[in-house]
Amino acid sequence: MAKARVKVPKSVKKGEVFQVKTLISHKMETGLRKNKKTGKKIPRKIINNFVCTYDGKEVFSSDWHPAVSANPYLAFYVKATKSGPMNFKWTDDDGKVTDKSVNISVSG
Amino acid sequence: MRKSIQGIGALAALAVAFSAFAGTAFAGKDKMNFGKYQVGELRTGYTFSTPETRAIQDDDFENPAFLWVDVGEALWNKKEGKAGKSCASCHKNASASMRGVGARYPVFNKKLGKLQNLEQRINQERVEKMQAKPLKYESKELLGLTMFVRNQSKDMPINVSIDGPAAPFFEKGKKFYFQRRGQLDMACANCHVDNPGGMIRANLLSQGQSNGFPLYRLKWQKPGSLHRRFRGCNKQVRAKPYSYGADEYVNLELYVAWRGQGLPVETPAVRM
Repeated sequence: MAKARVKVPKSVKKGEVFQVKTLISHKMETGLRKNKKTGKKIPRKIINNFVCTYDGKEVFSSDWHPAVSANPYLAFYVKATKSGPMNFKWTDDDGKVTDKSVNISVSG
Repeated sequence: MRKSIQGIGALAALAVAFSAFAGTAFAGKDKMNFGKYQVGELRTGYTFSTPETRAIQDDDFENPAFLWVDVGEALWNKKEGKAGKSCASCHKNASASMRGVGARYPVFNKKLGKLQNLEQRINQERVEKMQAKPLKYESKELLGLTMFVRNQSKDMPINVSIDGPAAPFFEKGKKFYFQRRGQLDMACANCHVDNPGGMIRANLLSQGQSNGFPLYRLKWQKPGSLHRRFRGCNKQVRAKPYSYGADEYVNLELYVAWRGQGLPVETPAVRM
């Protein structure tokens, strides 16, 4: 189910600070809810870690906790250094990793 | 005699003052320019949302409903069933062939002899033309496909037909809308005609327009159909809800769409 979307500008100038938008489809089951029929707790299943790497470096990372909504949207800013891939990694509680990569083209 | 006339005069003045106060109180809230989201007296649910919720809808990327629209688009092009066809096999490019479709549903279907909404139409096509299994109501697939199709009519004015063969069903829908029901003995109209802009406990009441459905509801943490919303409303007045796709709800869908005739299609909208 997990499906990720990433949006970056088509091209950026060197040294420019640009916005990166990400959205991933995920239930983000908190582990606090109960199944209404059986009364049993629904086990927690959330994305607990997000990492973005660019130009060989980690430029943004965050740990997520159960209060994050379903289908989490995250936007952050990165300074353009050179053209190349930007990698995104969402890690699930069960260790499942969703990867996404976009190309950043830097002019000047 | 004189005294009593004065009395009446004072009472009349009081009535005028009161209505003026009520008027300004409401107008004060309405001073904002809602652009395309307001047509005359009609206001979409967007205008009752908080600025934060509006911001999510304004940005197609940020709007999580588009994850479902993407699912719908993939289904549009996916060949399924014994006939080996996809939606695109016949309807080609949805942005051309489906433009305007979402604005005129539900419509009268001759073969069925009753009204049919967009979800039911999609499933009919799947069963008859593609010889594929119908999609389950409220499933990710049917919501996605419905949203994808309706999204092709984005910003087009709602334009449903209520005359001709649809007329008796429209009347049924209208009757449903004004029929008090449930333990709380409330009709749709008690909230959405009498009190839009007012509070029902902690919730702000809108006019109950359907132009944004199926929409992403933050409370649901996912998109939902108009029938899910109807069921929710029915349960809240402690009435027994009808099932998804029930004739009663499809008739109601036509009446509710007609109430918002002229409002732009907003699918997929984002609401609280």
